[in-house]
Amino acid sequence: MNSHFLWDSVAKRFMLLEVKDLHAGIDGKEILKGLNLRVRTGEVHAIMGPNGSGKSTLSKVLAGHPSYEVISGEVLYEGKNLLELEPDERAREGLFMAFQYPVEVPGVSNSQFLRLAYNEKMKHLGREELDPLEFNDYLKEKAKVVDMDPQFFKRSVNEGFSGGEKKRNEILQMAVLEPKLAILDETDSGLDIDALRIVAEGVNTLRSEDNAIVLVTHYQRLLNFIIPDQVHVLADGKIVKEGGKELAIELEEKGYDWVKSAGR
Amino acid sequence: MATVIEKDRTAALKNFSADPNEPTWLSELRREAFLEFSERGYPTVRQEDWKYTNVAPVIAGLTVGFGRNGHGALKAPSPDERRLLEQFNFQRNGFTAENLSRGDFVSIVIEGEKGEPFELNSHVDDGSAIFPHHLITVKSGATATLIETYTSSASSFTNAAVQIVVEDNARLTHYRVQKESADAFHYGVNEVTLGRDATYNSTNINLGGRLSRHDIEVKFTDEGGEAWVDGLYMLNGTQHADTHSIIDHRVPNCTSHQTYKGVLNDKSRAVFNGKVFVRSNAHGTDAQQQNKNLLLSNEARVDTKPQLEIFNDDVKCSHGATVGQLEEEELFYLLTRGLPETLARNLLTYGFAEEIINKIGVEKIKAELDNAVLHRLATVL
Repeated sequence: MNSHFLWDSVAKRFMLLEVKDLHAGIDGKEILKGLNLRVRTGEVHAIMGPNGSGKSTLSKVLAGHPSYEVISGEVLYEGKNLLELEPDERAREGLFMAFQYPVEVPGVSNSQFLRLAYNEKMKHLGREELDPLEFNDYLKEKAKVVDMDPQFFKRSVNEGFSGGEKKRNEILQMAVLEPKLAILDETDSGLDIDALRIVAEGVNTLRSEDNAIVLVTHYQRLLNFIIPDQVHVLADGKIVKEGGKELAIELEEKGYDWVKSAGR
Repeated sequence: MATVIEKDRTAALKNFSADPNEPTWLSELRREAFLEFSERGYPTVRQEDWKYTNVAPVIAGLTVGFGRNGHGALKAPSPDERRLLEQFNFQRNGFTAENLSRGDFVSIVIEGEKGEPFELNSHVDDGSAIFPHHLITVKSGATATLIETYTSSASSFTNAAVQIVVEDNARLTHYRVQKESADAFHYGVNEVTLGRDATYNSTNINLGGRLSRHDIEVKFTDEGGEAWVDGLYMLNGTQHADTHSIIDHRVPNCTSHQTYKGVLNDKSRAVFNGKVFVRSNAHGTDAQQQNKNLLLSNEARVDTKPQLEIFNDDVKCSHGATVGQLEEEELFYLLTRGLPETLARNLLTYGFAEEIINKIGVEKIKAELDNAVLHRLATVL
């Protein structure tokens, strides 16, 4: 598609992600059943839904998890077919997913890992890579976003981190990699209120007119801290209701049964 | 050319020469070992402990001159050194007998607290054979670090032994790094005894050798001892590495930890056999043992056998072995951060090996091994 059509001249925003009638699943089971979503730069979207509605599947499919299969539909990222890119190519093109359960990588230090990831992206963009000393300065600056102690740089990636530390580390990675589109998969789960505030403040700092954020969450709580432009309610693999930030509050009051019945 | 095995004792003894610089008892001991070796020769796959490791073709394929001696005299050995040598189980196999008969002896007696590590570097040139035999005594209350490094150029033969005594309240940290050439043959044995409240912390790295075999035996001889017997073998091509370890809890209230990891690529092959004995009087024993293997190729193979033999009920013991490939979820995580797949796989493999290498407290050795591992993976970090 010609990028001309991606430019919304009224809102002055680029169409970053377009999901069209997406059907996808795992182990032969269809979970997403015709999902549509449009995300422009400068926007924050919240995708809410009960357990089993397909929230995680959507995140995994967008990130390119090999266990998930796309049955039909289309996903355009900056106007190009996202689904034909490998997970690492998607990442270098500016897609980022913060994991619900970040994986531990024993024996590899956080700073080594982040520098490798950062430099791969720089290489891809044709920009200059950073040596360990330069990167350390860059990393220290970025760590302020999530108030992270530089002691964590030397430790193995996520190994022995508390739930809150792991989530902060995910946002640190986001800060370092500066994605165009960040999908935060249940980033609020398992966080106490202080950790939630730090993580949310980090995300708000990273929010800009040039990027977009998709928050995938079960609870409205996170949306008190990161105010979305649009809220989409997912039930049984489809978006059943859409609205502004008030929708999240209404949903919290009335529960998911309200939209599930509305969707039918 | 391998050593000619003479079945006839008289004929065999023609090949043995006593050293005029050494005491008679040592000449006698070496002579006895020489006869043992002459009769037994090298182990064969018919022996249970050697069934996965066939040394004959590799040794026959070496172009190595063994010479008649390869022996370095131990001048004026002390009574302690004599006792230690007499305790050496040269009848363990043909290699140990050969080693004692030709042993190039080095003895270190450590007293007090030593900050700087002791380094013993054994290098063997192309076409040569060496028979180092190290005697290490860490006296009561002493603390020290020992680094043993084995290197070689091309086709070579190493038959090494180290006997270690960690006396009461003493502590020894021992790094043994075998990074010989991919054409080399390497045999090594560690015999370690621990006294009361003694600590022995060892890390055994095996990277080199076409065929390497390492026998380890750690014995607790008094209460309160604690030992770490950890290791890493990282192989590629057609390398073969065999580790046989025995941890012997003969007395109460001792603790042993063993983590051995293997990374196998191409058509390489590894053997891990770890026996932990808990004798009937060894109540209060705490023994943990694990062997984890990462197979990077479908043609690599590992035979692992952790064994616990417990003759006392009041103990805490566990053991286990795994053989597997890289975790898909870990791989996906790295991919989503933009690392290309090859780099992501290499990084995970590096991390797997680093768990052992990170134990190494001597920065120079650790950095060298880091580089060696990365070199193996053809990766730059």
